[in-house]
Amino acid sequence: MGIRVILDKCTGCTLCVKSCPFAAIKMEDAGPAQEGKRPKKKAVIDLNTCTLCGACLPSCKFNAIEITHEKREIAGKENFKGVWVFAEQREGKVQSVAYELLTEGKKLAQDLKTELCAVLCGDQLIEEEVVHLFAYGADKVYLAVHDELKHYHTAPYTRAIAEMINKFKPEIMLIGATTLGRDLAARLAIRVGAGLTADCTGLAIDPVKKILLQTRPAFGGNIMATIQTPNHRPQMATVRPKVFRKSQIPNPKSKQGNLIKFSPVINAADLSVKLLEIIKDESVKVNLAEAEIIVSGGRGLGEAKNFKLIEELAGILGGAVGASRATVDAGWISAHHQVGQTGKTVSPKLYIACGISGKIQHLAGMQSSEIIVAINKDPDAPIFKVATYGIVADLFDVVPALTKKIKELRG
Amino acid sequence: MDIIVCIKQVPDTTEVRINPETNTLVREGVPSIINPFDENAVEEALKLKEKHGGKVTVITMGPPQASEALKLCIAMGVDDVFLVSDRAFAGSDTWATSYTLSQAIKKIGSFDLIICGKQAIDGDTAQVGPGIAEWLGIPQVTFASKTEVIDKKIKVERMLEEVNEVVECPLPAVITVVKQINEPRLPSLKGIMKAKKAVVKVLSAADINADLANTGLKGSPTSVVKIFTPPPKGGGEILAGDTSEIVEKLTSKLRERKLA
Repeated sequence: MGIRVILDKCTGCTLCVKSCPFAAIKMEDAGPAQEGKRPKKKAVIDLNTCTLCGACLPSCKFNAIEITHEKREIAGKENFKGVWVFAEQREGKVQSVAYELLTEGKKLAQDLKTELCAVLCGDQLIEEEVVHLFAYGADKVYLAVHDELKHYHTAPYTRAIAEMINKFKPEIMLIGATTLGRDLAARLAIRVGAGLTADCTGLAIDPVKKILLQTRPAFGGNIMATIQTPNHRPQMATVRPKVFRKSQIPNPKSKQGNLIKFSPVINAADLSVKLLEIIKDESVKVNLAEAEIIVSGGRGLGEAKNFKLIEELAGILGGAVGASRATVDAGWISAHHQVGQTGKTVSPKLYIACGISGKIQHLAGMQSSEIIVAINKDPDAPIFKVATYGIVADLFDVVPALTKKIKELRG
Repeated sequence: MDIIVCIKQVPDTTEVRINPETNTLVREGVPSIINPFDENAVEEALKLKEKHGGKVTVITMGPPQASEALKLCIAMGVDDVFLVSDRAFAGSDTWATSYTLSQAIKKIGSFDLIICGKQAIDGDTAQVGPGIAEWLGIPQVTFASKTEVIDKKIKVERMLEEVNEVVECPLPAVITVVKQINEPRLPSLKGIMKAKKAVVKVLSAADINADLANTGLKGSPTSVVKIFTPPPKGGGEILAGDTSEIVEKLTSKLRERKLA
């Protein structure tokens, strides 16, 4: 394991220096200058700073940087088959993200010529949901039934799903990157010895190696990284909700499938964390993470009561209300509405930003939205850089007029 | 009440810019900071110590310069710090990182609570906290926005998508905290003086009895295939005119896409 610059190939072009996110590459003189020529420089990597992230490799046009991997082959990885989707349920209803992942998972399963399976956990009543999983393309549903699986808790869910993974050996396991999914996946991956990639926004199968290529944003969305898990199984990924669209009409032909019911063994020690209370936030009408449309308000609203303009527009569009960090910090709206790095990462079909300047933390939370409409008085506001449609105007004119117009259109 | 806080030194992603000509990261002058959520973790530990007594120890895994972040924690008022640093740790993914930190925690010894930030702003994985809990075989409570310690239990309010959930968890445990939990304190003058004199203790792979099959690039199940800058969104269209013209243009665009 290690990284090195192949000095014979390095031309001193400095492209790698610019590519390094950690400032670990410097140019140093490589021997005395020859007469009439500038001294030759070569790239030198500071091994104390380098994290072996690999960002410099594609930057070098001369293949002068190499990272050597010691391969650690896991015996029997070819025994792992099938694409699994964790069917997240809350209060007995399978969440939209599970259907999105089944739709995308179907493509992966086809590329691998393998089966698509859903994993569902709950109490006896949850079996009613199984039919939907078949409708969205699952060939097989693994159903873990136990009273302690009715409501999500980390330990019993990890126990149940780890048992299924160890028994049935999937090659890929996809989990929605919700708070629940990320809590579960992080623990489960260590339990079963899997590689895990967080919050993916792109999935594909490498046509040659037949492994999962997982693409995700990093550095606040400034760069994208494609990650692989070459030698461990399953290849696990959490996937950002709303990035993939669920199939519009579930396939009625595939309504039949193979249901494998299973009663997991859950230890008393797994039940040590107890749910005491759920505190509802009455201001949340539509869940941000699940919303197709989000209307967000920022500091430009001026004061708390003006959020009603946002609520009205969101209401008429059937969307959720979002907010910038500044408005949450100012106490204008509850933190459940906050979009951005310290709030939620969202990816709706339509994101309307009203009076939001678009600091990078906010952009990191919404720039994967399909259509972005920005309404701001300041033509230089950074939000316009990511906007599909920019409106340089006073939100107090545009937003109420837009609400009125949409109301008329909808009759 | 002995608390161990795990922090990460990260580049300040808010200062990262893209050079529009080369489409690469401009990181000259980008400062290294303590991951903001980890500052909340340190603050929560200090608050719990003020109430219940005990000791706050901060650890980080990183290169030698990460000791600067630990010194900042001393300035904030923590009792002890350790830098977990070895060439054998370079290239760690969240599997190897959580393993290495859990080994360091075992080496440090007794603790009642481990606190981490919910995620780091450079990688944004949120995987290391629960990973540590699994390696140590203790419960985890993620996305904590409020804590209260009663006897040998911790009551935690968790911030989820739509609701908050209150759970009770026996100690020892790992909790990960969100920004909303508190406002991190600024270093005191006395703390800054103390930090200046502090010598950061380093734990190597040998010190923590790390199995090298689980550390660094070699011990990481995942690896990076490529890193690229996302294509600039650009090409946005400015809708101009008076209010009614703007609204007309926008609604027709949205209707084309069946969104209005």
